Amino acid sequence: MKILLLAEHDNQTLSPHTARALTAARQIGGEVHLLVAGQGCGHVAEAAARLSGVAKVLHADAPALAHQLAELLSELIVSVADGYDTLLAPATSTGKNVMPRVAALLDLMQVSDIIAVDGPNSFRRPIYAGNAIEHVETSGKQVITVRTTAFVPADTEGAAPIEQISVPDLASPAEWIEDITVTTERPELTSAKRVVSGGRSLGSKEKFDAVILPLADALGAAVGASRDAVDEGFAPNDWQVGQTGKTVAPELYIACGISGAIQHVAGIKDAKVIVAINSDPEAPIFKLADYALVGDLFELVPELTRAVSK
Amino acid sequence: MKILVPVKRAIDYKVTIRVKPDGSGVDTDNVKMSMNPFDEIAVEQAVRLKEAGQASEVVVVSIGSPKAEDTIRTAMAIGADRGMLLTHDTAVEPLAVAKLLVKLVEEEQPGLVILGKQAIDNDANQTGQMLSALLGWGQATSAAELVVDGDSATVTSEIDGGLQKLRLTLPAIVTTELGLNQPRNATLPNVIKAKKKPLDVREASSLGVDLDPRLKVTKVTEPPARKSGIQVNSVEELVAKLRDEAQVL
Repeated sequence: MKILLLAEHDNQTLSPHTARALTAARQIGGEVHLLVAGQGCGHVAEAAARLSGVAKVLHADAPALAHQLAELLSELIVSVADGYDTLLAPATSTGKNVMPRVAALLDLMQVSDIIAVDGPNSFRRPIYAGNAIEHVETSGKQVITVRTTAFVPADTEGAAPIEQISVPDLASPAEWIEDITVTTERPELTSAKRVVSGGRSLGSKEKFDAVILPLADALGAAVGASRDAVDEGFAPNDWQVGQTGKTVAPELYIACGISGAIQHVAGIKDAKVIVAINSDPEAPIFKLADYALVGDLFELVPELTRAVSK
Repeated sequence: MKILVPVKRAIDYKVTIRVKPDGSGVDTDNVKMSMNPFDEIAVEQAVRLKEAGQASEVVVVSIGSPKAEDTIRTAMAIGADRGMLLTHDTAVEPLAVAKLLVKLVEEEQPGLVILGKQAIDNDANQTGQMLSALLGWGQATSAAELVVDGDSATVTSEIDGGLQKLRLTLPAIVTTELGLNQPRNATLPNVIKAKKKPLDVREASSLGVDLDPRLKVTKVTEPPARKSGIQVNSVEELVAKLRDEAQVL
């Protein structure tokens, strides 16, 4: 069995998603090659070569790959796909954009977002936003994306050879204009170790900002919100956690003034520790919480902020 | 320009999911079904483009049970002009859906296909990208903003850690993110009008696409249960527990 794993990077640094997806690849079993595709991403290829359990790094470097557009990256992967039984990527924005294309071009169904490897062709994946787990088997060649929060990162004690590969002549019907990265000191929501979320009970954007943000910053946490809070305009859409928003799996999730609608709960089930602060002792969120604190969030959350700031 | 919008009938997002005890799947009997929320956003966006004079017709298509007619009528009540229903007895995987859509694109020649980024039942997030690859058209996924200008579309997509702006030459594929719009509530007159809009029903198998599933689902199980939690009575106690017991501070 030979496996090709698409490395996640921004031409400068290798993302930690790669080391986690590598663990899934090694559980599938076989010789793992890592594909680093981009422009001027030599440092990334070197970092990829240090990951334990990588037999070889394929380094594709070309101006056309600068922004890793899905149309081009999928063509590149298909051009080397013949030698591999498994084509795999972390389920990041790039992985999600690219791998279904690879699958379609190879006439294969993709297995999306695996959370466990039960055998070389046997996987578990969440459906219905994690409210059910589907056990699925492929037959033969397979295309897979990996939910990286479900796998520990591989070590960095390797020394794999790096092979430059040629890049086919690529043209895309999509043209990159710009990336607008939100400049924030806060960690990215889906990979954050700590998340503080606010719900409808906050009452306004001003109160959301005044109550939730200081606690998040005191904890070095990302900020999340319930769908209600987003719909009310208290928080931007990309902070939404839940079935129709983002799925998070932090070590610590603090839900403030969130009732715990099914839709929200679906996005936080994989959190290690859930704290709920809510004035309603009957709120469904308390059924899920490891630690429940009943009371006025406008008193308790600032008090918690002061306590963790000490 | 014609816009094609595929819509899926799925369990309503507010319904508690119950896994069948025999592991054969999720219970859908007597459960409220609705249009996949991301598809509703896709329909709304297409209708807005038509209202702005940038599209001539909005055609919706659904693939699956004959009951998906309800989903198509819902889309028509929002403002879609016409519907197509491809019936099939069993679930159709994204790859086969994408291949069926290729056939419909060949028939209809739309300038834009707008799809939900994923369906909230199987959470696959594949169909739009697969369709784009099979057609050789440009794709923009998880769109938070879509501006059509002549023969191109500028799309702002949500990506990890921010946004990405792409320009697509039409025809193209766009998949929707939640923030793209807030779908309207259909008015009663529009719901009544929707019942009279044209709907073409065919068997999916008549389009000459292999519909057999490629993946074998061996069982569907409950997610691991969380152990029951405890109530703490003060912030002080909470911090102590988080620090000493849970060791996350």
